Amino acid sequence: MSAAVSARQNGCDNVLLLERDRILGGILNQCIHDGFGLHRFGEALTGPEYAQRYIDEYEKMKGEVMLGTIVLNMDAERNLFVSSRNGFTKIEARAVILAMGCRERTAGAISLPGTRPSGIYTAGAAQNFINLQNIMVGKRVVIMGSGDIGLIMARRMTLEGARVEGVFELLPYSSGLPRNIQQCLNDYDIPLHLATSVIQIHGKERLTGVTVARMDGNFKPIQGSEWFVPCDTLLLSVGLIPENELSRNASIAIEPRTSGASVDDTLMTSIPGVFSCGNVLHVHDLADWVSEESALAGQFAVQYLNGEISPPQKSIPILAGAGVRYVLPQSISGQRDVTLSLRVASPSRNRVVKVNDGERLVANKKMLRLHPAEMIHIKVKAEKISEAGRLEVSVA
Amino acid sequence: MIKKELTCVLCPNGCPLEITLEEGPTPVIKEVVGYHCKRGPEWAEQELINPMRTIASSILVGGGDFPLVSVRTDSAIPLASIAKVMEAIKTVRVKAPVRIGDILISKPADTSCNIIATRHVRTAS
Repeated sequence: MSAAVSARQNGCDNVLLLERDRILGGILNQCIHDGFGLHRFGEALTGPEYAQRYIDEYEKMKGEVMLGTIVLNMDAERNLFVSSRNGFTKIEARAVILAMGCRERTAGAISLPGTRPSGIYTAGAAQNFINLQNIMVGKRVVIMGSGDIGLIMARRMTLEGARVEGVFELLPYSSGLPRNIQQCLNDYDIPLHLATSVIQIHGKERLTGVTVARMDGNFKPIQGSEWFVPCDTLLLSVGLIPENELSRNASIAIEPRTSGASVDDTLMTSIPGVFSCGNVLHVHDLADWVSEESALAGQFAVQYLNGEISPPQKSIPILAGAGVRYVLPQSISGQRDVTLSLRVASPSRNRVVKVNDGERLVANKKMLRLHPAEMIHIKVKAEKISEAGRLEVSVA
Repeated sequence: MIKKELTCVLCPNGCPLEITLEEGPTPVIKEVVGYHCKRGPEWAEQELINPMRTIASSILVGGGDFPLVSVRTDSAIPLASIAKVMEAIKTVRVKAPVRIGDILISKPADTSCNIIATRHVRTAS
């Protein structure tokens, strides 16, 4: 929606928004907790309120939408093959902005050991049942993984009358925001067990409990540290993966570190005229940054249509150096200022994030606290990079 | 003089606050460090005296295109009142249509907040 609104604002009158759901807003609709919009609107909104701001804006411009519509395939000529209740359509687009979001890692994806009883949900699936469909998923809950959705759901389940036995995190640190540890766990005396994970599922028809164990430095269970936690529900909050099936089918180059498309400083993918933004590009921690990135994608897509984006004279690769898990975009032209998005590999304090062209420092940012759960943005000026051969981002 | 560590919950930054204070029936704050905005020290003081929180939940809707309307507190309430406010939220039923911002419960459980709708629920067609 942010990309569509932005494309209209940048002067393109022929924008079509394709949405699989029967309403706009995507996952925001089930994220009924607050904390959205602090950067974008200067107030703490809930997910549905945040979405409605964009819906209203797009409706005001009389933006075109197809709801209940799925894109089955896209080719390298930007032809979209689209299916809905009204039938099958081919849409020829001069520019496409991919904004399909991400999916949760499932029980199968993490090879959860043990039986397969009912009562095991991804945190987001449980969130959908409870917040949109009025279906309570269980009474006694264990949460595996400490991502933000898991933490939010720990509080939500507690408020709805369930007992949350604890949150178990494989890593020695939480992957959720510190404020969510405080207001979702500590406030309700829900224990967070770090370096601890579920090693066995019990139950035949319905989940009866899980065995958890402390983990050593190689993520192997420590012998003798196991204990049994009775529960009827297990919620998984074990990571999000950009949903790029469509991109892969179109043979768009995918970056293994982010599982999203490889893009340049206009958010353009390896197919000219196809742009990627938001959680389908890389998983964000804040919706506000998704909207901001998507607004940029909308702007660049219009510039592309107007012939204002010439094929770059050169491509300066951006590499993730020491302490950096990934950095985006993967390459830049050096023709324009760019804001790099990156994540660090591990938590630390009082460090400097540096952008280097060989020995030459082109940008840096002092950080009191670095955490893999928190995306970092760093601005780089065009005049500082136009001559660069390649850039490396590192933590020192 | 003692030191306390708190995580500010006002925004996703979640500033790690370190508070130096004199204990007593009303704690006296000597110093707060670690905040990034001016709301930090204020929040820390409130947190030590009477922690305040916002909450979100849902209220059952009759005759709507969704079975629930999501709601939130329009201002922070004492952490200690959350259970009672949830009771009020659970007992209320409303009828579609509901508009974003509609006040669905006024001052539940003797708090000073309103429970407001955070989505439109249209009449089922």
